[in-house]
Amino acid sequence: MSLLHSYVKVRARERGRALPRATVRHVHLAEAPMVFVPLRLAGEAAAPLGAMVGTDPRHPTLLVVPQPRNRDLRFQFLADLGAVLLPYIDRISRQVETVEAKTPFERCLDAPQIVVPSAGGVEFTAKLGRSSRFRRTTGPYAVDPAVPVLGRWLTFLAEQSEFAGSSLMVAMTDLLTAHWVTGQSAVEDGDLAALLGWIDPPEGMTGAEAAALADDPLTPPAGPDTHPEFDRQELQKAIAHYDETGSTGQVEKALDGQLRPTWDRMWQAIGLLSALKESPGATSRWERDRVHVAMHRAWIDGGGLPQGKRDSAVAAAKRLARLEAAQQSFEAARAFDDPLVMAEYRADGVAFAGEVVAVDLTRRIVPPGGKREVPRPLVTIETSDPVRLSRGKKVRSPSRPRQSATITSLSDRMITLQIDDGMGRGALPAEGSVPGVGTVICYTELDPGESRRAPLPPREETPWTHGGPPPEYVPTDDDAVEPWS
Amino acid sequence: MTRLDAIRGRTPGQDHNARSIAALAANPACDRRAVLDAAAIDKPLLMKRLRFDDRWGQSPFAIQRNQQFTDLVKANGAAHLLRLLRGLLGLPIEEAGYVNLEDVGGAEGHAARHGHTRRIIRQTAEGRGRATILDRPLLRLDVAGARVYLEPDVIAFQLGGMFHIVAIKSFAILDDQADTPKVSAAAREAAVYVHALRDLVGADLVSHDVILICPKDFTNEPTATTVDVRHQLVTLARQLSRLTRIDAILDRLPEGFSLDLDRLSPGEIEAAVAAVPARYAPQCLSACELSHLCRKEAHLNEQVDALGRVVRDDLGGIESVTAALRVATPGEPVAADQAEIAERLRHVARIYDEAVA
Repeated sequence: MSLLHSYVKVRARERGRALPRATVRHVHLAEAPMVFVPLRLAGEAAAPLGAMVGTDPRHPTLLVVPQPRNRDLRFQFLADLGAVLLPYIDRISRQVETVEAKTPFERCLDAPQIVVPSAGGVEFTAKLGRSSRFRRTTGPYAVDPAVPVLGRWLTFLAEQSEFAGSSLMVAMTDLLTAHWVTGQSAVEDGDLAALLGWIDPPEGMTGAEAAALADDPLTPPAGPDTHPEFDRQELQKAIAHYDETGSTGQVEKALDGQLRPTWDRMWQAIGLLSALKESPGATSRWERDRVHVAMHRAWIDGGGLPQGKRDSAVAAAKRLARLEAAQQSFEAARAFDDPLVMAEYRADGVAFAGEVVAVDLTRRIVPPGGKREVPRPLVTIETSDPVRLSRGKKVRSPSRPRQSATITSLSDRMITLQIDDGMGRGALPAEGSVPGVGTVICYTELDPGESRRAPLPPREETPWTHGGPPPEYVPTDDDAVEPWS
Repeated sequence: MTRLDAIRGRTPGQDHNARSIAALAANPACDRRAVLDAAAIDKPLLMKRLRFDDRWGQSPFAIQRNQQFTDLVKANGAAHLLRLLRGLLGLPIEEAGYVNLEDVGGAEGHAARHGHTRRIIRQTAEGRGRATILDRPLLRLDVAGARVYLEPDVIAFQLGGMFHIVAIKSFAILDDQADTPKVSAAAREAAVYVHALRDLVGADLVSHDVILICPKDFTNEPTATTVDVRHQLVTLARQLSRLTRIDAILDRLPEGFSLDLDRLSPGEIEAAVAAVPARYAPQCLSACELSHLCRKEAHLNEQVDALGRVVRDDLGGIESVTAALRVATPGEPVAADQAEIAERLRHVARIYDEAVA
């Protein structure tokens, strides 16, 4: 959040319509994204109630649990969900290429993409994954063979979604708020219907009016929680009807009515997002997603165990480091790809833009630790941005991402940089390797490069401060026969 | 009849509960909520009379689940509860007395029930030695100078003269982790009961470790953890002390101010509510029944508060949307104390327009 964001919110409020927050799309959209709108039973941790799922906006698959308290019916639901999701994941992830590198690695040609309405949907997916990945397919409480496999994929996808910039499993409200600024608060932006009301209101309506419409209790929430009034008026009766007659018709009809509007909104939102051009960063992050899918595919196919309930100390530290690195490179890449995102950093003083007013191409110095004189030209930029960077700060420009520079002096509106590299081997900088007078250019402290990872010990050498080496995780029968409510 | 009773008129009052106290304490500057709560106005009824939709109900499934779980924990003289307490507190509790404080022998009314709770709790505190489970105690709290009763949905457990508050919640603890917002809400509510019980028996006799009983994983099996609510207690005490004395707010209200929901017309109710200033923030949406009314009002007045705390803080004292946009427009005159924010806003306005173009 930045002052710019707050200002645009105020402006959107006054204008009665959302304003852009990005000029390009910072997320990859698959050719056929799998939209998944799950609902759960109120008061339960992971009791699915129903879902609408599919890749074709006109033909969703409706899945329901006619009596959500019945354990067998819950697992039947997961088996049905597996019948939709697993062939989709398999079809896409089976096609693999080998990428030539120092250590060649595998990458899927494409990857599955699951889109849920909100962060709550991701969280619920993770719980569904947790409740199904340890199930046994034989013996007591046996489940359909698809269930544990589905659980592992759902767990994998929900875990990946925590990494900034991953497009494998995404929450629609997060995507929309990353690309538009509405005239309502962040709390209200969490509601898909209200958010879309601001971004794409019906003809002749302002965003505020459309959002108010979404607030009407008759508008079904985007889940996973249903409206208490719906539970009381419709669902309770429909479930009772199933208990009496064994007919699922009423529950299906009730849930279809709740899910359909959200389903349509999801595709409306996908339409809005696909109208934006994809940023280069989003494409390269998708490549990394494809590597992760290939790795997980190979792990499952090779007989690997399901994800444990908790990470070991080393695994947790590694994961945290990866999460942080992903966050940092995602933020930087977004700003480098998009002047509108960069504007937020300029407003906060960690980036600045302006015109080059002076260049000293002939300056040569002996760098610290060096022996020979090398060219280190100076570039002076005039800016009206409120710069909060200090002398000695390393900076980069989106228009020359491979070249680094150091701030050597700052005075009112004038900033002088020393260009550090990317100038060829000659006595003077190569032609065009230094920004010339009159160029309008932006510099920032953000660095989209991959950051180095902290070295962490292998798991056998986990220090005693972190509990010492953890025992190997072996799934036990206890995991599989968890008593169920 | 007190002034507060006069405001409510003949309409039946509504009990406070720990959640409502926590919500009130979370927004101490809101006079509207303070008056309505102190006068025990039925807020859902008020909203219904003003034709706002009811969205505060709880799902029957959630209620049922909660009831089932609570019954399970309390079944057979709270056998489950005792077993968990033995493990958790490491105490050799052989057996415990069980007193249901809801049973007042026919006597009705809060005062009578609270008197009964108070007597039994005092006796229990003096009776030391023997462990006692006190179910559904009716506790009382002074809020902004008004006396309120807390809806009794906890257990007080006493052993060796020391009391623990036990809260039974039906959200699951999955792989030793629970949803943070749910645990924090439970801790804030439990802190209200600890505070009220300390008022009654003294601070050093009530533990700041409350005992949270939840279902384990996907099962119905209860599991117990202690939650340290010292932080919540300090916050609550500070916020309760910050609540303007209700008398001072009442003094500012018009002569003959009434919110008798049975007697007034919707128009009159609306005017009466509008006479008490509110302090709306989007956080109210999940905490206060009146929030939709206050939000509508805040938007009509173009308040930046309605866009969230971040926006309000960023705009440093500019209160309305129009004022913010005027200040951001080059050439518009601005007050001296807004010169700095004006300069920054004009800068962001310019770079935003450049980047969008």
